[in-house]
Amino acid sequence: MLAVLFVTLLAAFTMATFSVTSAHADEVGTEYDFTLSGNVQFNGDVLKGVAIDVKGNGYQADTVTDAEGKWSIGVPEKGSYEVTLDEDTLPDGVIVAKGGSVIDTEFALTDRKSVNFFLGEGTRNTVNFFDQFVNRFVNGLNFGLLLALAAIGVSLIFGTTGLSNFAHAEMITFGALATLVFSVNFGLPIWLAIIFAIVLSGGLGFGLDAVIWKPLRRKGVAVIPLMIVSIGLSLALRYTYQYFFGGSTTQLPGAGMKDLQFGPVSLSPIDMASMGLSIVVLLAVAYFLLRTRIGKATRAVSDNPSLASASGIDVDNVIRIVWIVGAALAGLSGVLWAYFRPGVSWDMGFQMLLLVFAAVTLGGLGTAFGALIGSIIVGLFVELSTLWLPSDMKIVGALVILILVLLFRPQGILGRKERIG
Amino acid sequence: MDWGAIFGNAAVELISPTTAAYALAALGLAVHFGYTGLLNFGQAGFMALGAYGYAISILTFGFPVWGAFLVGVGASVVFALILGVPTLRLRADYLAIVTIAAAEIVRLLFTTNTFSAVTGSANGLSGYKNEFAALNPLAEGSYGFGPFENNAYDTWLRIVAWSIVILAALLVWQIMRSPWGRVIKGIREDEDAVRALGKNVYAYKMQSLILGGVFGTIAGMIFALPRAVVPSNYQTTLTFFIYAILLLGGAATVLGPIIGSMIFWVLLSFFSGFVARAVEAGWLPFMTSVQGGQLRFILVGVAIMLIVIFRPQGIFGNKKELSFVR
Repeated sequence: MLAVLFVTLLAAFTMATFSVTSAHADEVGTEYDFTLSGNVQFNGDVLKGVAIDVKGNGYQADTVTDAEGKWSIGVPEKGSYEVTLDEDTLPDGVIVAKGGSVIDTEFALTDRKSVNFFLGEGTRNTVNFFDQFVNRFVNGLNFGLLLALAAIGVSLIFGTTGLSNFAHAEMITFGALATLVFSVNFGLPIWLAIIFAIVLSGGLGFGLDAVIWKPLRRKGVAVIPLMIVSIGLSLALRYTYQYFFGGSTTQLPGAGMKDLQFGPVSLSPIDMASMGLSIVVLLAVAYFLLRTRIGKATRAVSDNPSLASASGIDVDNVIRIVWIVGAALAGLSGVLWAYFRPGVSWDMGFQMLLLVFAAVTLGGLGTAFGALIGSIIVGLFVELSTLWLPSDMKIVGALVILILVLLFRPQGILGRKERIG
Repeated sequence: MDWGAIFGNAAVELISPTTAAYALAALGLAVHFGYTGLLNFGQAGFMALGAYGYAISILTFGFPVWGAFLVGVGASVVFALILGVPTLRLRADYLAIVTIAAAEIVRLLFTTNTFSAVTGSANGLSGYKNEFAALNPLAEGSYGFGPFENNAYDTWLRIVAWSIVILAALLVWQIMRSPWGRVIKGIREDEDAVRALGKNVYAYKMQSLILGGVFGTIAGMIFALPRAVVPSNYQTTLTFFIYAILLLGGAATVLGPIIGSMIFWVLLSFFSGFVARAVEAGWLPFMTSVQGGQLRFILVGVAIMLIVIFRPQGIFGNKKELSFVR
């Protein structure tokens, strides 16, 4: 269907890049302090004369890209704007592929914001419904699998400690940020960067348990205060990420690889690797839980901590392992989420957190396999709902389903009734 | 270092409408969380309904102020019913997850381009202040003194906002001393015991959810009056900040949310003013002023953790009346 390429300038965030941009672009609104800008390219060719329109906060301006494919529009206020790329001004055979030709953007903490359009090859006729369905289905499966990696961690932690861990979002972001640092800043190959990031994520889980959660368990803090502590931790970590990484979105190496066609399904090699990796890891987790001693101990603690403790299981050790495994899975999920969205940003995990909670609740709080099933349902639902709903409402559908499920089967798909009351 | 400006800007926050709005929202949350033990994480959703209910009624339907007010309140009652019916019979953390999800649904519905004609999508709405300003009995000119000096509209807004906060506080104070309030507190302590006394726990919880939600909705209107309604203001983070205020002041108290809101905003304003100028003066060479802005949110997060761990009853709370459901 579409060969999706990610071909836009990313950062006008440093002064240096920006001054180059502004020197050439056909500038509009230079009298204002805040600037939206971008670079329209396709397959490495700059596209000249593409009309860009900015609207918002009672302000409207338009411009066309210059000979280098660049555009920049000054805006009076730091707020949110609607940036439209006029598809009629693109050359034949090029369209806006992903995300649509209208992008809602918002200034983060800097005075400049670059706006990227995903251009792709193709003509602007619609694909038939069945093909779209199959394609969305495969995408949804991919999303569901990466969701499951995070959801299993949430579920295991909830099962063993009773904590609804809001800081899981930041554990997801951590994996992606660590991969970014290792691959871009340290120049390691991406596979090595991912391995390091996952190991480090596991270390983060160990550290959080050792420094915060274990002492609080010792202190006998109840479940609800623990949850609020995790909210505080989530806020603190999230803004710490923003402190160090800023508000921008950065791509991991290899993002935006060309899609391959399998009948109606178009997948990039990254998507396929992501699905394969998720399946292998999920199988490994299943083996761990069902066949190994420590996995069985985990399920025992999940079932009844005092009984498990009385039968000689080292509950603290089990919980420590659950935190390490959960954080490592969250880190991997973050890396895959960074490729799926695409891009790494400081609040990416938080954007996904509610879907993770929805998946866990759907499957049944505290059951690992329920989390898997719930995740796949949520993933499929989010992607398939874009066939009917506008894409900026796709999360709404999944959250509505969450509320409906609680209405009719509050214990979730695999949950047991006694947990809910 | 201009200490006068820093303290002046911080003092402004003491009685600003935003502080009043947060205080009222936190008071609603005190009814939910502190007194009834309901974990409502969707206060931002109630506030969004208030702000949008008010703004849309005036802009799209041309309602008078009282009509717009009633639309907002009505919307939040319906919202509370929708939230309460599936979850109030379940354990506390289910309500938490459902309310947080519902608040996000509300925000996404106001953000989506589909309803742009009515909601203004991501740009939000503005230009609904004239109707409220027309009710202003004060003559043109400036009122107050020092950092509290404001023009007629802002003074009028402050008077209305804080009057509502005081009325709401008196209402909560009285209602929690009444038989109704004793049942509510009983539900927080031991739901089954109250049920054994023949009380309809579900109905009481629902009433509490509606009451606190209406407070949140009115807070949303106060919050919207000095600024434009923008959906990104109503993110989950807003709810978390209101929780921070509530925990700071004391969850099961009447004064706690109000004083907590004042302390929160004065400190936040003082801190950001101080850091911004310290960065300018070169005292903090490792930091930009943008990073200073994020530092204060990091501190809010850390403060939430520390309060919950070391002083769960907050500033005004009573250790015996522990503010947490178990």
